[in-house]
Amino acid sequence: MTTDTAFIRNEFVPAKPAPGRTDGPIVWLRKNLFATPTDAVLTILGILFLLWAIPPLYNFIVGHAVFPGGTVEECRAEGAGACWAYIAARFNFFIYGFYPIDQYWRPNIVFALGAALILPLLVPSAPFKRINAALFFVVFPLVSFYLLNGGVFGLRQVPTEQWGGLMVTLIIALVGIICSIPLGILLALGRQSNLPIIKTLCVMFIELWRAVPLITVLFMASIMLPLFMPTGTNVDKLLRALVGVTLFSSAYLAETVRGGLQALPRGQYEAGASLGLGYWQRTYFIILPQAIKHVIPGIVNNFIALFKDTSLVSIVGIFDLLNTVQAASSDINWASPTQAVTGYVFAGFMFWIFCFAMSRYSLWMERRLDTGHKR
Amino acid sequence: MAVQDNMGARAPRASLLNDPVIRGIVYQVLVAGAVVAFISWIVLNTAQNLAAQNKTTGFDFLFRTAGFDISFTLFPWSRTSLYWEAFLAGLLNTLLVAAIGIFFATLLGFTLGIARLSSNWLIARVATVYIETIRNLPLLLQLFFWYFAVLKAMPAVRQSFELPLDIFINQRGLMVPRPMPDHEFTWVLVAIGFSVIATIAVGIWATRVRTATGRYPSAVVLASKVADAIVSFLVALLAFTLLGNMISGVSGAVIFGAAILVAILSVTRLAPFSRAAVAFVFGLTILYALLTAMFPDVPPLLVAAGSALAGLAMAWISFERTAERPPSEGRFPLPLLVLIAVGIPAFVYWATGAQLAFEVPVLERFNFRGGVQLPPELVALVFGLTVYTAAFIGENVRGGIRAVSHGQTEAAQSLGLKEGDRLRLVIIPQAMRVIVPPLTSQYLNLTKNSSLGAAIGYPELVNVFTGTTLNQTGKAIEVIALTMAVYLTFSLLTSAFMNWYNGRVALVER
Repeated sequence: MTTDTAFIRNEFVPAKPAPGRTDGPIVWLRKNLFATPTDAVLTILGILFLLWAIPPLYNFIVGHAVFPGGTVEECRAEGAGACWAYIAARFNFFIYGFYPIDQYWRPNIVFALGAALILPLLVPSAPFKRINAALFFVVFPLVSFYLLNGGVFGLRQVPTEQWGGLMVTLIIALVGIICSIPLGILLALGRQSNLPIIKTLCVMFIELWRAVPLITVLFMASIMLPLFMPTGTNVDKLLRALVGVTLFSSAYLAETVRGGLQALPRGQYEAGASLGLGYWQRTYFIILPQAIKHVIPGIVNNFIALFKDTSLVSIVGIFDLLNTVQAASSDINWASPTQAVTGYVFAGFMFWIFCFAMSRYSLWMERRLDTGHKR
Repeated sequence: MAVQDNMGARAPRASLLNDPVIRGIVYQVLVAGAVVAFISWIVLNTAQNLAAQNKTTGFDFLFRTAGFDISFTLFPWSRTSLYWEAFLAGLLNTLLVAAIGIFFATLLGFTLGIARLSSNWLIARVATVYIETIRNLPLLLQLFFWYFAVLKAMPAVRQSFELPLDIFINQRGLMVPRPMPDHEFTWVLVAIGFSVIATIAVGIWATRVRTATGRYPSAVVLASKVADAIVSFLVALLAFTLLGNMISGVSGAVIFGAAILVAILSVTRLAPFSRAAVAFVFGLTILYALLTAMFPDVPPLLVAAGSALAGLAMAWISFERTAERPPSEGRFPLPLLVLIAVGIPAFVYWATGAQLAFEVPVLERFNFRGGVQLPPELVALVFGLTVYTAAFIGENVRGGIRAVSHGQTEAAQSLGLKEGDRLRLVIIPQAMRVIVPPLTSQYLNLTKNSSLGAAIGYPELVNVFTGTTLNQTGKAIEVIALTMAVYLTFSLLTSAFMNWYNGRVALVER
């Protein structure tokens, strides 16, 4: 008996020719630069733009630049690029401000200590996190203060008016970060609280600081703070700026942490309560570790904003990195057409390095902490 | 029964100390007491300090003569003006910078956000480098750079750079023509208002009819064809005039004739060819002008050849786009709307004989006369704020577009929507839901950041009021409270808008 199996093919479909190039530079170009006519036009315009922009930029920064060891006459020459010699000559001023030259070892030790403590803190696999954090957040600031300010152990006193440059920028950023973390967390917890008075107070505090620009806060800190203190109290200028920056950044940090608290499922709170933990135990052992982990990228973004904002203290007369660069740009010994631009490029590069490093770190953390809920 | 009894019984009470309600009240009383004590301590100290310095408090100083100069105000300012007028001048200057800055930053920001998502590798890279550089530099540094290193390094008045449209730039800022509308021009403004409403109304009506019946109303289709010819004519006239400027010796009659030919062809089946020709001319002339300005050293023949090549590419794009266009019955009547929007005001302008003269800045012996002089501080501040905020807006736009799930794109594809419609009808409306809230806070940030103008001497609120006024009057508390109140108002208005918007667009989920 034969069955009708006509619907089954009994010969192979003829093989199709192998696809054309699927790989290699030509295909890449086609796919990424010349996929459509519009793309091609955009690519050509982009190349033209780069041809127009890159050569002068290169000539300014490298090609026609005067490198350290050069003289001011070379910088003044027609068509000279960046005057790096000027940066090299005033480098100490940009880093230490008016700090006495024979005492530079003190800020140097602080820099080294800070680097040695922060690097293992940033590497998740490094051991002794608890001790490390305690050293960095509590011991390091105290040691640094006494080392920089002096007046103890026979160290010469260096008043804060003489501090300056990158050193002050880092101090403000670091103090702002260290002080605003606990303050921000407390404010965020307060805003989530069930207790109406505490909640209202926290909301008012946060919204007030977030509404006004930092420059107003700094003006307020530098003018009003002395008024608020008992008659005769003298509040250090740097301290006033630090108070302003800290309060300001803690309000922003509080909002970020609140995001983490809100993202936590209710079940976590209930689970904590059902274990019989009190509010503080529950918050410390269950809620905060998870909530903070969620928002580490956001917190780092806050720190980047804070780091950039430290440049505003120059408006209330503190010699941070930007202000030292600005002050040095009127140095007539190095007067040249490119003096100001070179200074800004240098300052910009310093700020950029720190901010870019922080933003990459935050991206890396985000990927590391992403425990795979996404597609 | 026993169970019920049990449930009805009150839980055994421990001591009052462990009752959460009582505890809550105790905590709050403690905190409130501490805050009240702290504030009264501050108030007492302040009162003592003020008494020690022989200072009084109160807002009566606002009605005293200010007696200082403000370099740039939006209303007539003299040294006899009062302090509240100084406050107003600063506030208006802040709002001016914010308005201009928001406009340009939105344009640049959306461009950057879309460019960074572009499938074109080069464009995406350029946008990424821009965003990553600008975002990681302090705004104050950027403002210093634009003001001290760029605008202050501009040539002196006599060697001003001349930009197109009679705009000049030099050390003293940007000189732009001043519009001088005459009396009849009011009618043109009325006509513009009317034509905008008419355009929107016709657009909505045509779309409604199409949604209901499947095709645009026949009157609109017919009018659209006529409008298409007229708009094609005008566009072609512009293109050929540009070409005539590039190649001298082409008479006006030839240009006019060519434009008429294009207009006639545009309603026939040869439309793709006529449009391609116009696109070629546009690509050629614009790129030629741009390249000669960008690379003055390259021989003109080479530039012309390159521009012609680009013109050909433009022509090709235009040809393909036009060829695959649906027939005019199914096409959105864009030319008609353009004609209504531009045509009515133009007709009124011509019919009433209105004049819009421009007072052009003219270089005299020491300075420019006439025109509007925008101070370099304003230019640097607007430029810096735009460049800075655009980087952040770009990131918000990119985030918003990426937040729309890929399934939406696939669903739109499976409905057969083309790329443009897919973006316009499916992706963008959903992305806007995500983009608008951070966008408004970027606008607020820009407004707050305009206070950095104080550092480069732009007379905005903080500079005029918290700076000069506070120094002269010594009324620290009043001045700072007023300044903070202004920014607090901005912030509250923004968050009110955001809440309203969020409520309106929130997803209704099961």
